[in-house]
Amino acid sequence: MGRGTSLGRVRGLGSAHAGPHHWWMQRVTAAGNLLLLIWFVVSLARLPVLDHQAVVLWLKSPLAAVPLLLLVISVFWHLRLGLQVFIEDYVHEAGGKVACLLLLNAYVVVAAALCLFSILKIAFGGVPA
Amino acid sequence: MAHNPARPLSPHLSIWKWGPHMLVSILHRATGTALAIGGGLIFTWWLTAAAISPAAYAIFYHWIVDADPSSAHEGAQALVGLLARLVGVALSWSFFQHMASGVRHLMLDTGAGYELKVNRLGAILTIVFSIVATLVFWAVILGKGN
Ligand code: HEM
Ligand code: HEM
Repeated sequence: MGRGTSLGRVRGLGSAHAGPHHWWMQRVTAAGNLLLLIWFVVSLARLPVLDHQAVVLWLKSPLAAVPLLLLVISVFWHLRLGLQVFIEDYVHEAGGKVACLLLLNAYVVVAAALCLFSILKIAFGGVPA
Repeated sequence: MAHNPARPLSPHLSIWKWGPHMLVSILHRATGTALAIGGGLIFTWWLTAAAISPAAYAIFYHWIVDADPSSAHEGAQALVGLLARLVGVALSWSFFQHMASGVRHLMLDTGAGYELKVNRLGAILTIVFSIVATLVFWAVILGKGN
């Protein structure tokens, strides 16, 4: 038979069995962040200057644009999972919790979309250096 | 009974003693949240400005990287420049601390490092790493400016 108290089973309010996947993806994206962010910090440090021209020329190379695209996906996925736990730990009232989680998802989707589009626009030559 | 100070304290909800592992635990959360909001917004601003135009990038550069001392309102400008530097130092330290305590998390997940002394040493090492890495990072950046 299933787990939990008999009342919980009757109500069907037991574990949703969705926790391990959240936990695991937090770890997978943590490993992705570690590799990609070390690459990113080293790459920026190796650019002689950080002005507009330097950044645009750098991002025209597929070997810069593609890792940066992957970095955006890994970091925003990771921080979405992380802030979800943060909110669930501290916002207990149902209405406030739903509002915070919606705001979090909106932030992540909008910011990640802006980043991905911007990288692609520069990489495909849409921004004159 | 005689009190032995070497024995661990029972985790009563309101009676506990600070240790490095607790500090690192809450720092992982605080730095992760700071990076997620502050770091995420600045990073998005940087890329979006680069994709819009050199003028939009100049605004980002001016506020975040380096305030142009020759511009108007010098007093306010210097203050903003100082604040930007403070945020920069705080975020870079947050990054190194979160990275180190994150790697520690991944090692603890394998079941390793729970012995009291090893656990304590690991927690202290993350803090040592984040301070040293932040100092080196800014030495490199400020060295470049000259
Ligand atoms: C440098 C590579 C990184 C590693 C190795 C790493 C590792 C981790 C790990 C293992 C966790 C899970 C902790 C737990 O289960 O309690 C975590 C949580 C989190 N991470 Fe990261 N992370 C990294 C980068 C980042 C970045 C760049 C951000 C934000 C932009 C971030 C934001 C967060 C947040 C908000 C949490 C949730 C904290 C909590 O619930 O207490 N992480 N990180
Ligand atoms: C009476 C002492 C304490 C007890 C009984 C306690 C208990 C717990 C428990 C059961 C968890 C969940 C464990 C898990 O997620 O694996 C937890 C997580 C946590 N605790 Fe505590 N705790 C105590 C003190 C502290 C202190 C002093 C701090 C820091 C100020 C702290 C910060 C945290 C944080 C940030 C988490 C989330 C951990 C993570 O996801 O990595 N705790 N605590």
